[in-house]
Order: sequence, then C-alpha cells, then structure tokens
Amino acid sequence: MNAAAPTAPAIAADGESNPFAASQFEQRKVRRANRNKWITFAFCAVLVIPLVAILVDIFMKAAPVLSLHYLWDNPVNKGKAGGLWAPLAGTFYLVIGSLIFVAPIGICAAIYLNEYAREGWLNRIISITVTSLAGVPSIVHGLFGVGAFVLVMLPAINRVVADPNDRSTRWEAGLLTASLTIAVMNLPVVITSAREALGAVPQAFREACWNLGATRWQTIRTIVLPNSFSGILTGIILVVSRAAGETAPILFTGATYFKFVADSGWEKLFPYSIGEAFMAMSMHLYIISNQISQMPDVMKFGAAAVLIALILFINSFAIALRVWLRGRKRW
Amino acid sequence: MTNGKPHIEFRDVCAFYGSKQVLRNVSFSVPRHSVIGVIGPANSGKTTLLKTINRTLDFIAGARFTGQVLVNGESVAGLRNPNELRRRIGMVFPLPVGLPLTVYENVAYAPRRRGITAKTELDEIVERCLRQAVLWDEVKDRLELLGTRLSGGQQQRLTLARALSLSPEILCLDEFSIAIDPVTTMRIEDVLRELRKSMTIVLVTNLVQQARRLADDTLFLWRGEVVELSPTDVVFSDKPKDKRTYDYVNGIFG
Repeated sequence: MNAAAPTAPAIAADGESNPFAASQFEQRKVRRANRNKWITFAFCAVLVIPLVAILVDIFMKAAPVLSLHYLWDNPVNKGKAGGLWAPLAGTFYLVIGSLIFVAPIGICAAIYLNEYAREGWLNRIISITVTSLAGVPSIVHGLFGVGAFVLVMLPAINRVVADPNDRSTRWEAGLLTASLTIAVMNLPVVITSAREALGAVPQAFREACWNLGATRWQTIRTIVLPNSFSGILTGIILVVSRAAGETAPILFTGATYFKFVADSGWEKLFPYSIGEAFMAMSMHLYIISNQISQMPDVMKFGAAAVLIALILFINSFAIALRVWLRGRKRW
Repeated sequence: MTNGKPHIEFRDVCAFYGSKQVLRNVSFSVPRHSVIGVIGPANSGKTTLLKTINRTLDFIAGARFTGQVLVNGESVAGLRNPNELRRRIGMVFPLPVGLPLTVYENVAYAPRRRGITAKTELDEIVERCLRQAVLWDEVKDRLELLGTRLSGGQQQRLTLARALSLSPEILCLDEFSIAIDPVTTMRIEDVLRELRKSMTIVLVTNLVQQARRLADDTLFLWRGEVVELSPTDVVFSDKPKDKRTYDYVNGIFG
C-alpha cells in the first residue's frame, strides 16, 4: 500500500498513461454515435415541419371566420356564407352510425380469432383477409358500398318499407348506406387493434382460470375483456377520425353536395333520417374547395380548420385515454 | 368414500405435442387420500402428466393423449363437461399467477363462477383458503389489494389458495414452493399433511427432499417414462428397484 500511494499521482499527471483515457478508436466511436443521434433527430424534425406548417397556414387563414356561430349556423348560399352545422351534424351521425356496425362486429371477430380459433389454415386465411382488407383503397370501399348497399340492399329494404306508388317514401342512399360503407372500411383496423389488445393479456391469466374450471367465455368476460378494454377502445376511437375524414367511401353512398337543414328546433339536432342523403365535413370541404366558383377562400380554410381540429381532438382524446389507462394497468 | 378403486389411475397413457411424444406408456395408480410425489428432471413430462388429469391439455394446440386417465374410475377423456372435472381438481403451476383482481376476488373467483354469491359464504371460503395457503396473516388487512401487486411468493400462495377455493378432492401441486421461502414452505407442508385427510395430493417437485418429507409413494419420471413407482422410503433407500432412481435421487445422474 505504501509503495502504491506515491505512484498514483504520477500516472494521473501523465495523460498518455491515464488508464481511463479514451483511446482514439473509442473517441471516434463516441463521435460517430453522437453524429448519428443528431441525424436521426433531424429526420424527426423534418417530420414535424409539414404538420406545423399546415396547421399554422390553415388556422391563420381561417381565423376571421372561426367562432361558435360558425359551428352552429347552417351554410348559406352553397357554403359561401354562414356556418358548418349541417355537414358537422352529418359527420357526427355518420361516425355514430358506422360505430354501431363496426364496434360489435369488429370486437366479436377479434375475440373469436384471438380466443377461440385454433392455429390452422382457416385462421391464417381470415388473418390474411383482414390484412388485405386494410390495404384496399378507400375509393374501392366506396364503390363496393355502391354495389352492395346502394344497389342491392336498398331496393330490398324498399320492397318492405316503401309504398310502391309513392317515390317519396323510398329510402335513398344516405346515412345507413354510408355508415355501412365506412364500417366495412374500418372493420380490419378495429379487428387488428382489438386483437392486439386481447393478445396483450398474458396467457397465464387464461390458463389460471381454465384450471379453476372456468369456461372460455367466463374467462373472456371476467379477465380478458376487462383488461383489454382500454386497448380496444383506443382502436375504436382512432377509426372515428378515419370515419370523419374520409371522402371517397361516402362520395357515392349517401353524402350530398348540399341539403337544406332546419335552423332551429329538434329538426336542427336530428337533421337527417337514415334513408336520406346528408352533408358531411369531408365532402363539404371537397365541394367548396374546387367545385363551386367564387367561393371565398376564408370559407375553404374555415372548413379545413374545423375538420382538422375535429380529428386532432379525437386523436388526442384517444392518446390521453391510452396514457391514463396505461397508468391503471393491473399487472 | 373409499370404494376400493384408486382415486387416479393412468393406463398406458401416451401424450403428444404435435409429433413430439412427451409421455410414453405411463401407467400407475394413486389411492385415495394419499400423497404421491412425482420427481424427475426437467422435460420429463411431469407437467404434462398433470395437464392430462384435468384435461387442460385440451387448450394447447396440437396436444393430445392416448390411453386412459381415470378419476374415480371414470375416464376423463369421455367427460361431457371437463370444467366440472377441473373444479374437482385443484391445480398449482410453478409460475405464480395473481389474476388482475383483488386478493379477495382471486380466491372468490372459482366459487363465484360456480354460482356462490352469498357474501358470508364467500368471506368464509376466502378466509379458510388464505389460511390454508399461509397467506392470511399477510393480506388480511388488504384484501382489496390487486393480486398482481403481491410479491412472487405471496402470489404463489394466492394461487394455492385459489386452487383450494372449491374444496377439491385432488390437489395437484407443480413446484409450488419454487418462489416461497423455506420457512413458509415448511408451514405449507404442515398444511398439506392436514389436507391429505380430505384430499389426494399429487406433488410434482424438483426438490427430492420435499417428496421425501411428504409423499407416501414416489414416482420417478424420466423422458416420459415411469422408471419407478415405489413407497417413498424405498425410493430414497440404498436399494430402490431401479438403479437410475438411486442415481437421480443422490445426484449422480448422467
């Protein structure tokens, strides 16, 4: 010990023989690691720029019209003046309508695929179908909706509900057909996210329940569903924004250019019946931005701003929900 | 109760995962109210053996078994409702699994599924089972805590309490003490000695000394085959029937 003590400062003073000094190779390695970190960060920054630019641009140009009246008033003169109530209400009911179809079907399908189906060719084919369906362009879904719902389903319904001598009692392409089309489009997304949520529940929980004599359904109802509910819900909320934002699927299946909607009373809150064409935000934006001449720019940007705000709001709600529920995770 | 028939009987049982055979012509029987120790190295089919008894092998894709497994002289393969069988057989597997429910609900889970809803009755079951699993003193003040928040050893005992919640006639323990400290293990072993008066216990264990302490008969399973089934004192004596048993028990296998 005595011998070691005097030599220690000598080593520290001499940089060359400092045992902790980085070799040239290590210094190069550190420099490279640093550089790569900044390069990847730069790409992330590039990702943010367009979003911020779009938001700032649209909201700046829309600022003059944005107000509560703008949301609550009906469009006047094909949207050249007035507000956005009619398309907003249409989008709202479209979203609700599509959820009524997509949520139960999607969740049940996911439960079957994840909890009951055995690994095998049938399961694989269904999985591939779901994935492929998710990749089909939305306009194709729109045309499918025309073929399946407008041209086949509606006449069948009309045979039952409509008076053959009175055209006005017939259901036309509207909320029902558009909701179904949107539901078909969103089905694979809901199934996939619900399957992921169900799959995140550890298998050990299921086995523990089976060992206690619980049936598969009891296990699903008491353990699996309560603990995957948050993930399933987040997936559903995310397809809401897709339902609100897509134009192509509703273009031929029920959305219309313009429709007069009552300015007050119950008719204002429930403006459309399910067998009646409706206005929707995405469609309205498409129409006023390039189909109507002499449309004031501020109205175009106003509609775009409201649509973006709506979707951002829904998405951030989903994210907040996910964060909150993750904090409540029970294992 | 005792009707002469063995409580559990295996007749020529072979079990497969896909094309891989894990049990080879296993035959043995367990008398009522006895403790059978099952020892053997990893991968010798001990867990599969248990899964054939309560037919949870059904839940594993590609798994099947041939031969006959009889519980109370009744073949489990032909049962209409295997869930009823599973309720009569308590199972504890080596991985501690607290269900994501409260401690109370963990133990009350199986009774509730069976239709017991009276609060007093459930309270009674929960307390009895937690006491039997030597967990009551640690959790009696926090029955509302999530089962998954307990420590590994506590969760293991919670699993045991859950397995006892339906007063099973057979209790299968697979390495139940792996996460539990030696002192608590000894206390649980005392409880098991008490429980054997009312149930048949299948004790799968890697701790050969545990089998020695508890089991009446010990079965040595090796690569899916029954090497030996003898009274425990024979298995642990200098002269078991098979040389391999002696080598395994004394740690000179190889």
